[in-house]
Amino acid sequence: MSDDVFEFLLRLGDNTLVLGHHLSEWCGKGPVLEEDIALANTALDLIGQTQMWLGLAGEVEGKSRTADDLAMLRDAWDFRCCLLVEQPNGDFGQTIMRQYLFDQWHLLALTALAQNPNNQIAAIAAKAAKEVTYHCERSAELIVGLGDGTPESHARMQSALDLLYPYIGELFETDATDSAAHFDPASLRSAYDAGLAATMAEATLTLPDSRFAHKGGRTGARHSEHLGHMLTEMQWLQRAYPGATW
Amino acid sequence: MVKPSTAQVWDWLDQVPDPEIPVISVVDLGIIRDVQWQDDTLEVTLTPTYSGCPATSVIELSVDAALRDHGVETLTLKRQIAPPWTTAWLSDKGRAKLETYGIAPPNPAGGPTRCPRCQSENLKRISQFGSTPCKAQWQCRDCLEPFDYFKCI
Repeated sequence: MSDDVFEFLLRLGDNTLVLGHHLSEWCGKGPVLEEDIALANTALDLIGQTQMWLGLAGEVEGKSRTADDLAMLRDAWDFRCCLLVEQPNGDFGQTIMRQYLFDQWHLLALTALAQNPNNQIAAIAAKAAKEVTYHCERSAELIVGLGDGTPESHARMQSALDLLYPYIGELFETDATDSAAHFDPASLRSAYDAGLAATMAEATLTLPDSRFAHKGGRTGARHSEHLGHMLTEMQWLQRAYPGATW
Repeated sequence: MVKPSTAQVWDWLDQVPDPEIPVISVVDLGIIRDVQWQDDTLEVTLTPTYSGCPATSVIELSVDAALRDHGVETLTLKRQIAPPWTTAWLSDKGRAKLETYGIAPPNPAGGPTRCPRCQSENLKRISQFGSTPCKAQWQCRDCLEPFDYFKCI
């Protein structure tokens, strides 16, 4: 039971950690200053949420591992993030599409988790949902602005959607780990699809026909090749100088 | 030492500035949730604003330092995240100070009501995110000055 809850908390914390790290890679490189700042702020929120999720995971596990230990001292096969957040930044359109697809799921998931019978899970979810509401508004606005924009921006958003759409199916797979934490991601799918269809219609983008879904991130069975590269960079200092603090 | 009253402690905490916006105090910001004595230990409960706010630990340090300066020797700081912090907890005094400082105070309708510089209501949003996670960037169409808006959360 507590093993399942530990795994479940890793899923939440690893999602926000990996996505937060990818967003922070934009710092100083954003297309305009306001977007650069917005991406960095979103990254900050997600890393803050990571500290709470992984901090709680460490407590539940009961082996004295801190949030930092879990972030910096695990290898790719121990991560439980979804494949969507592992996907590289690509161009700005791909980053925003990944963000939109995740944000919409994230808000639905956090809203549901805010009612979780585990008070600590509910408290973190309720707090995080407030921040993620802003992330959602922003990424949806950008999807519409860029999708229904110039021929160049439209084409880039369409190819980002085609590339990333096969990664959302994994977010809605309910398994024993979710059930142990009283969470049912499958129940979020219809609200997600309705929101997605409305935004994409406004953005003049076409949803792919196929519902084929890549899977294996949330269970750790098969991560994409991108995760290892990201972790190598993120964990470099702890790998080179174990136990270093400053 | 003689144990100061909790009212006295609240008063001292109202002198501790927010590190990002020094015109308002940590009490104005609404993050001090409770002050009470547990035997000889002063227990101060704080609710962080944003999850990733780097000011959270700085605020805890300044609260600790301020109370020790006033002679409180044994104190514990408790971090409480539920119920989550909301801008509704900002004091009226704090809201007025924010505006004088040039930051439009949070407004449940979703945006600033007037330019903190010229009071014009002719405004536009530049970005949902500003210099810190708690602020958005807006601009006044009349005086043309950009300004920070303290987001409603």
